[in-house]
Amino acid sequence: MNMKTRRGFFIAACLLPGLALFILFKVYPTIQIFQKSLYLWTGVGDTPKFIGLKNFVDMFNDEAFLLALRNTGFLMLIVPVLSLLIALINASLLTQTKLKERGIYRTVFFFPSILSFVVIAILWSFIYHPTMGFVNSGLELLGLGDWALSWLGDQRTVLWALAITLIWQATGYYMVMYMAGIDGISPDLYEAAGLDGATRIQQFFHITIPMLWEIIRVTIIFSINGVLTISFVIVSIMTGGGPDRHSEVVMTYLYSQAFTNSNFGYAMAIGVFIFIVSLLLALISNKLTERGSH
Amino acid sequence: MSANPTAIQTRRKAPAVIGKLVLRVFLIVQTLIVVYPLLWNILASFKSNAEVMESPWSLPSVLNFDNYVRAFTTAKIGDYMINSVLVVVMSMALLLLTAVPTAYVLGRMKFRGRSFLTNFYMAGLFIGGVYIIVPLFIMMNDMNMLDNRFWLSAVYATGSLPFSVFLLTGFMKSIPHDYEEAAMIDGCGYFGTLFRIITPMARPGIITLIVFSFFDFWNEYVLAMTFITSDAKKTIPIGLSNLMSIQQYATDWGSLFAGLVIVLVPTIVVYALLQKKLTQGMMLGGVKG
Repeated sequence: MNMKTRRGFFIAACLLPGLALFILFKVYPTIQIFQKSLYLWTGVGDTPKFIGLKNFVDMFNDEAFLLALRNTGFLMLIVPVLSLLIALINASLLTQTKLKERGIYRTVFFFPSILSFVVIAILWSFIYHPTMGFVNSGLELLGLGDWALSWLGDQRTVLWALAITLIWQATGYYMVMYMAGIDGISPDLYEAAGLDGATRIQQFFHITIPMLWEIIRVTIIFSINGVLTISFVIVSIMTGGGPDRHSEVVMTYLYSQAFTNSNFGYAMAIGVFIFIVSLLLALISNKLTERGSH
Repeated sequence: MSANPTAIQTRRKAPAVIGKLVLRVFLIVQTLIVVYPLLWNILASFKSNAEVMESPWSLPSVLNFDNYVRAFTTAKIGDYMINSVLVVVMSMALLLLTAVPTAYVLGRMKFRGRSFLTNFYMAGLFIGGVYIIVPLFIMMNDMNMLDNRFWLSAVYATGSLPFSVFLLTGFMKSIPHDYEEAAMIDGCGYFGTLFRIITPMARPGIITLIVFSFFDFWNEYVLAMTFITSDAKKTIPIGLSNLMSIQQYATDWGSLFAGLVIVLVPTIVVYALLQKKLTQGMMLGGVKG
């Protein structure tokens, strides 16, 4: 009995500190966003008033929100597709061709993924800077000065400019994951395919991609979620949502509704909406990439 | 007949050589794209304002350390750095003190509710920081936890907790049970077994966790920006973004770039020291977003 109590005491002592933090800073706020998304709540001093699903209805009549949603959708499509594709190509080039200096490329390419998003956002603001940025001055050097644009100030280019920054940040991380995956593929497979006359490109599509499929599936979901969080920092530092809201993303919109306009209830409804959409996207992507349908 | 074997060989080799060349050019161009912004930043941190405005390609005429002096004096990068170190250390301590015992109990002991708790933590993996920032802010405001570096650290540690428990539980499960039995027979209590026997054995997992969490805590921006209001308590990313928005009017680019370099240095050092651990750890823990 004494032994049993001591064991119980030990288990409780190990679990309680973690559970206390987890419940206070994660579970309780999560319950709150679901509950308070049904309330009209404007400001810390205000008493929340139950309004049912009105916040969600308002969302779809809110032009600014719909634009932010469209911008986010654009980034969630373009960024994962391009960064995973580049990562896959680089990973297979570096593992298959056995260059002596492949370790250096790996180290260098991985580096952006550990940089602070703030540092990345500031650096890229200067890369796109209309007068002192090196995109424009590079174009001038090449004699294409007419093509120079204020990349972040023009609503036609701003989303692409942000997408490139996000791709620059993420590609190396996924490349390293794919490289480890490719190292796990038996070299016999490639050898046999080579003897059968398969070209490198055929090997890439018929061996590398199918063998990495499980890793690729996971990276798709990670990448989509990554865009959601990273875009917040990149947008708020590089453009502040401008010009004229053309680079506003859902996370920056949520944030400004809460902390600029004090629309707490509405902001939480947006949070719930994004949460559900990102879960759905994960499920859909999982379903679409299942072995059977490939 | 007339075709000698060496000619055939060189002809066969030529595409391979060209292929390698094309490949190298392709990779070197990408290397430049990755490295150039960082290199430019370091160069610009030694330039005078006029030189920065002039051209992004030129080298600084003299090595100008004024920017660094101003980064520490007027821009107070040093103070922000101390805050960041403090927050990273506190978050790490809280994370390890909660995650290691939790993972040990969930990974190695049988009791009622174990699988429920494991799933409970796993569900936490799906809830990112920004979704819940509004209720978190309101709650912390009600509990007087705002503008406090300790509570910011507690939020950071909690944010990393689900992933850490997930990673370490796997490690804990892989340690053979004989060790505990031997420790128990030797009269080591439960706590003694955990801290003296199991924790050292789980070291590879714990180090992986520390490396990942270091970058997460050191770079975090959104929560710090929301929960810390007084300038004296701000961390480096917030200090830098403030500097960025001020410099747009004050146009003292030099000290901003010097500030960026000062922040980059610890990251580069940690990366250089732990690069292997980091990329290995990525595979150990499966994956991490």
